[in-house]
Amino acid sequence: MSAAGFATPVAAALRSRKGAVAGLWLAAMVVAAVFAPLLTPYAYDVQDLPGAFQPPGAAHWLGTDEFGRDLLTRLFYGARTSLSVSAIAIGISVLAGMILGAAAGYFGGRFDRMVTALVDLSWSFPEILVALILVAIIGPGVTGTMAAIGVAYLAQFTRLARAQIMAIKSETFIEASRSLGASDGFILFRHLIPNTLAPVLVAGMLATGDAIILEATLGFFGLGAQPPTPSWGAMMSSGSAQLFKAPGIILFPGLAVAITVIAINLFGDALVRALDIRRRERTG
Amino acid sequence: MLLEVENLSVTIGRVTPLDGVSFGLDRGQILGLVGESGSGKSLTALAVTGLLPLIGGRVSGGAVRFQGKDLAGMKPAALRALRGRRIGFVTQNPMTALDPVQRIGAQVDVVSRLHLGLSAGAARARTLDLLTQLRIPEAAAVCEAYPHQLSGGMKQRIVIAMALAGEPELIVADEPTTALDVTVQAQIIHILATLVRERGLGLVLITHDMGVVAQVCDRVAVLYAGRLAEAREVRGLFAAPRHPYTAALIGCIPREGMAPGALTGIPGAVPSVTAYPPGCRFHPRCPRALPACATEVPALTGGALACLNPLEMPHG
Repeated sequence: MSAAGFATPVAAALRSRKGAVAGLWLAAMVVAAVFAPLLTPYAYDVQDLPGAFQPPGAAHWLGTDEFGRDLLTRLFYGARTSLSVSAIAIGISVLAGMILGAAAGYFGGRFDRMVTALVDLSWSFPEILVALILVAIIGPGVTGTMAAIGVAYLAQFTRLARAQIMAIKSETFIEASRSLGASDGFILFRHLIPNTLAPVLVAGMLATGDAIILEATLGFFGLGAQPPTPSWGAMMSSGSAQLFKAPGIILFPGLAVAITVIAINLFGDALVRALDIRRRERTG
Repeated sequence: MLLEVENLSVTIGRVTPLDGVSFGLDRGQILGLVGESGSGKSLTALAVTGLLPLIGGRVSGGAVRFQGKDLAGMKPAALRALRGRRIGFVTQNPMTALDPVQRIGAQVDVVSRLHLGLSAGAARARTLDLLTQLRIPEAAAVCEAYPHQLSGGMKQRIVIAMALAGEPELIVADEPTTALDVTVQAQIIHILATLVRERGLGLVLITHDMGVVAQVCDRVAVLYAGRLAEAREVRGLFAAPRHPYTAALIGCIPREGMAPGALTGIPGAVPSVTAYPPGCRFHPRCPRALPACATEVPALTGGALACLNPLEMPHG
């Protein structure tokens, strides 16, 4: 399916009530992340110690943290880190998984057995463990976090792409195309991959929700974006020390993570329904 | 001769589902390849298009000569260049023969771009021309449609257009109308037959519909359980079938004035490839079987009949 082919299902997903609410929240988060400097008069890293621990009020809508920084501002900038790291990592993971899975499913043989063995192996570890090992190797920070998330979810997309390719490669239109002189590359890139795009992209969308949690977890452990760059996980981490004094510091980024992940899942569900992946495959 | 299949045997793994099939085809001719399910029709089609490796099979004996060249000896790349360019293939089920996520026009265009080296614009012009020749109304609109928006008959015309787009000399159509409505079947067969006559193509029409064969084919090759039973010019075959199996197949066509219940079919079923009987493979179901039929494999006599006890030639 071409990029333009997704415009219709996205519009259809937005027409359902859940999809519309979820889409609105996600759009708001993206706007907050992209236009953070325009939306708030405060800087995310300027400390104002006398103004620390302010409760929510007119000047600081969500209050201030232990250094007197505006929480809403940090939440906006945190969205920048959390969303971009998760989306880019999953994007790379989807792309790599698609290529690996497609090649394994299409060509089979020893390469397929090798890929399948690696996928099964990586599935026997919890994602957080894979991510921790990678951060330990690459080092904490945005790059390490992206690599960790990307590799942690690679197996999932590889397996999905492989299964999709295997199912579609025995369809009549593949045989028809081959009987008219199509080469392996043509069949792979013009027929098989476009036909597996919809389910893999939806899986990628849903995995972005998990990735945000994983990013927050790494941030919470201090392994994600390094201070003073705000990320939702790092904010929660510093807030955990002030849990009873100023619960807002941990509460608001926590809510941001929770609501965003729920919104991604709801939107993903609406998208699945709009794409009607199963029916499309059957009737074609 | 455009296509010459000579004593063709096909082996898949340890079984040999096709052995000793011969027939020939000239330009401007339609050859009907008939027989029940499991008789080896589709396998023959795969052998002719060089697609046997796809199902793990290979030509283990005989030859498939296309314009004098034996396909069995050709390299995969050379075969690929032949497919679509010189030999067009029309698949069995038009419902699934088109890519569901690509527009119709793009799917047809790509064949002439690949094989004739046409530019995108020229390929589209050619596609529109082809669709119009296949009597598809509003060809431009159809080009923009996705397969699920078209009817079965329309899809089969698109599949035929794809097979024609590379300007092949030979078309192999594997039961092109089986999945379609009866009314549409007639149209599609008529379109195919007209194309063959007008352009001087060769058409191998695989079907189990003897009625279609009688109407459009010039020659018929009757297969039974992987062997050729009888191959002849169509009029003679229908007027006086010599092989008892051919006679039985013709007996399965409903005719005008037939008494109710007179349509009986052929008792029994085509044996599976792992349980081919010895001797003539048709003898367990044959009303004219002799004791010798159970042990002796009938040779092809006159190149076109394999039977120890054929029906009589009509006198005069």
